[in-house]
Amino acid sequence: MKRFLSTVCITVSAVLCASLSIAAPATIKIGALFSVTGPPSFLGEPERNSAKMVVDEINAKGGIKGKKLELIVYDTTGDATKAVQAANRLIKEDKVVAIIGPSTTGESMAVLPVAEKEQIPLISCAAGSKITDPLKRWVFKTAQNDGLAVAKIYEHLNRKKISKVAIITVSDGFGSSGREQLKANAAKFGIQIVEDSTYSPKDTDMTAQLTKIRASQAQAIICWGTNPGPAVIAKNVKQLGIKLPLFMSHGVSSKKFIELAGDAAEGIILPSGRVIVSDVLPPSDKQKKSLMAFVKDYKNHYKAEGDHFGGHAWDAVMLLKSAIERGGETPSQIRDQLERTGNFAGIGGIFNYSTSDHAGLNKDAFVLVEIKNRDWALVK
Amino acid sequence: MRNINVEIIKFLVLALLVLLLPAVVHEGYLLNVLVFVGIHSILALALNLLLGYAGQISLGHAGFFGLGAYISGILTATYSFNPWLAMLISASVVTLLAFAVGFPILKLKGHYLAMATLGLGIIIYIVFNEAVDYTGGPSGLSGIPNLSIGAYSFDSDIRNYYLIWTFALVAIGLSLNLVHSRIGRALRAIHDSEVAARVIGVNARLLKVQIFALSAGLSAVAGSLYAHTMTFVAPASFGFNFSVELVTMVIIGWLASIYGSLLGAALLTILPELLRAFQDYDIIVYGLLLILMTMFLPGGLAKGFPQAAAYLRTKFGRGPASDA
Amino acid sequence: MDLSDQIAQYLVSGLSTGAIYALIGIGFAIIYNSTEIINFAQGELVMLGGMFALFFLNFLHLPLPVAVILAVASTTAVGVLFERLTIRPLKSATPLSLIIITIGGSILIRGIAMLVWGKDTHAIPSFSGTEPILIGTATILPQHLWIFALTVLAIAMNKLFFNYTITGKAMRACAVNKRAAGLVGIDVRKMVLFSFAISASLGSLAGIIVAPLTMTSYDVGIMLGLKGFCAAIIGGLSAGVGTVLGGLLLGVLESLGAGLISSGYKDAIAFIILLLILFIRPQGLFGKAQTERV
Repeated sequence: MKRFLSTVCITVSAVLCASLSIAAPATIKIGALFSVTGPPSFLGEPERNSAKMVVDEINAKGGIKGKKLELIVYDTTGDATKAVQAANRLIKEDKVVAIIGPSTTGESMAVLPVAEKEQIPLISCAAGSKITDPLKRWVFKTAQNDGLAVAKIYEHLNRKKISKVAIITVSDGFGSSGREQLKANAAKFGIQIVEDSTYSPKDTDMTAQLTKIRASQAQAIICWGTNPGPAVIAKNVKQLGIKLPLFMSHGVSSKKFIELAGDAAEGIILPSGRVIVSDVLPPSDKQKKSLMAFVKDYKNHYKAEGDHFGGHAWDAVMLLKSAIERGGETPSQIRDQLERTGNFAGIGGIFNYSTSDHAGLNKDAFVLVEIKNRDWALVK
Repeated sequence: MRNINVEIIKFLVLALLVLLLPAVVHEGYLLNVLVFVGIHSILALALNLLLGYAGQISLGHAGFFGLGAYISGILTATYSFNPWLAMLISASVVTLLAFAVGFPILKLKGHYLAMATLGLGIIIYIVFNEAVDYTGGPSGLSGIPNLSIGAYSFDSDIRNYYLIWTFALVAIGLSLNLVHSRIGRALRAIHDSEVAARVIGVNARLLKVQIFALSAGLSAVAGSLYAHTMTFVAPASFGFNFSVELVTMVIIGWLASIYGSLLGAALLTILPELLRAFQDYDIIVYGLLLILMTMFLPGGLAKGFPQAAAYLRTKFGRGPASDA
Repeated sequence: MDLSDQIAQYLVSGLSTGAIYALIGIGFAIIYNSTEIINFAQGELVMLGGMFALFFLNFLHLPLPVAVILAVASTTAVGVLFERLTIRPLKSATPLSLIIITIGGSILIRGIAMLVWGKDTHAIPSFSGTEPILIGTATILPQHLWIFALTVLAIAMNKLFFNYTITGKAMRACAVNKRAAGLVGIDVRKMVLFSFAISASLGSLAGIIVAPLTMTSYDVGIMLGLKGFCAAIIGGLSAGVGTVLGGLLLGVLESLGAGLISSGYKDAIAFIILLLILFIRPQGLFGKAQTERV
């Protein structure tokens, strides 16, 4: 019995130890926390794929200053507890010099005290503005603030002289952040939110909310969510015969949405990163080179369309690479170099980090697109 | 009398083990895992009192855990309460709440009880998500302070380890006392046959509700500890999945075994770390484990080891049996 | 547009969602009535129905009726396999171990589906177009009519099967008293298997007909399963009209709750009502009183 127990103990500890392979001196270890499974997997999976892809490429070209990159990815399943455990493991066991991720705002907020305490640079791939506002010494982010996307839509509404809107947002991290920004920015643009409704991520029918919106004074509908909810809403809007213009968020800026919503997607306008319209951008666009490279590589590697969520991880790895190239070796040097990043043309936009700004993007990071003939068209 | 001595010795061995373990694992990642093992042990213990001893299932315990965490978190982060006071308030509120809903809920049995507790858990979960002004909504609530005594703040893994395991040991001690008392025997009587228990004069209904409230209150304490250790809470940690995970901890350990709960909690906390090797396959391994454990180790691990040893003995005729 | 028109739309929307819950709920009830097991994996069978239909339609490009039949058959096979491999060999079949084993099964099926079909959401074309149909001032889609029709058909078939065939009667006998059923020569284990097969095919059918409306992905089963379970409990776990009324009531309450009270709390409203029903009438709104449940 005792021997049996000790065998079990030894096996368990052996497996634990096996996973912490001893660091070869010639590699630079980077940790990554993505929710590859669980509800936010629509973020985590493309992020992991993109990060792996770009790290492989860097290594194939000889690494950074002769050192290979080693990427250690842990799945957080969208749960703050797991994210914190994994962050601890990356820092204390794998001894990484920097961490990319987590995918969601909630997980990022949970992990952030760990990064601050252990003094490891963290580049979050989540959009919530509170991640870097107020500023934290060790925390950066690559995803565009949701407020920037909201501003894009509201500017368009101002041009169209629309002032009364109804919003329908999903009750998860993505939707609640959008809802917060939609409400916070409304007054600034002279917009009045006349109907504020939500739906659950797994809801199958939103006609009740839309019926209420139809009966309100709204002149436009803004929906904030990720697949499949917005596709159901687009179909429901058509079913109810609502003629109001429908706006969506950058959460659905992938071909998948057009495929799901079908004909109901026609005419929908949404803010998006440039990645989906990379081929129609003018050659003068600073981001065009990065975007085309990313889109092509992703297609080659994964036989799927690269989206801007994957782009957040691509940006994070490339930002790290450039910081390390400029002389960052220890976590604190990397942090200092990251802060000096300027004019970096990534997937999400042109990054300019500074001692007072760790988000680094302005609202030009988004373009407004309309769905026409099952494809994207730039809205001028 | 001898039995009681054995219990005391077992408890002291555990306490010694808890005290000395950090010397072996040092400050590092494993210590951080052990902190969570401690929190999960309190939870598994709380649920085991209800599930293992009183025989009443709950698929909503993550809700009580979350309520404890959120009440403590909101009181300290938003209203600047003293963390210890917040912990006391959250435990009391949750205990009272569970006591109140316990009367109608525990009238139900079997699948109906499972459905009712599940529904209760989901309602609590929805409130975490929707009461954005108080809870911060799906993105969570941050800025929760660590617990502290005077200037001594529990802000590192090693300090939290001793803090949480002190609570865990107290909980274990109290539970041991409880199950070896008159109440414990009455509980087991209810588990075997509620009617028979009533006949011999046990107020079964009140006792069940009291245990339910105690179990919920203990879960709330674990929730408070969690909130002040993580300094952050978000709804995703308190969903239906976590309720299922808690039930699994109790079952894997061994129903109605205090130390079994510890074993179950430890295993299920460390398991995901081991399953990282399987990456995306871990959900399949987890599902398979649940099924296989229930099919082949209905007694749980605490009973399963002797069973496995006995099996090996008969199979090989010698070996592990000699020192069993 | 005035309030009565709004309410008309809430009712119509609620009824069409409720019909789906009803169909899933009946699956729960059939298994419960012949085995006293609540099959927590029922939601995953619903998901499998949709995913198999997607596979046969979009990847093998089979015509719709063939794809539907094959999808139902495949899911039924999974249901039968699940019963044979996990439930039947179980030695100590306490309610607790059955709950855990079916929850384990649901996690396993979901995991396998995730690996096979990926994490993406997929769309299935509607059976007969997407042109809205006007009912008074409210609108529904042709797909909703399919849902109503299939729900009615499923209940009618059930009624006929359980009341007028030997096998159906034998299954009812098992529900009343397994031992006695065994003594009069009914193969109880076969009847349990049958009940899993029937409820798997009903579940998959539900999954297939809702997929064009709601899309489908590996994780749609959890919520649909819970709602179906709710419907069955409200209906007193009867495999007939009770559960159907339970499902319709749940759908209408959700829809009215979302429209008139709060869209964020609409699921909470549904579950609060479920709890109240359990507290006040544990035998379900439409069930007959039965002492062992309280």
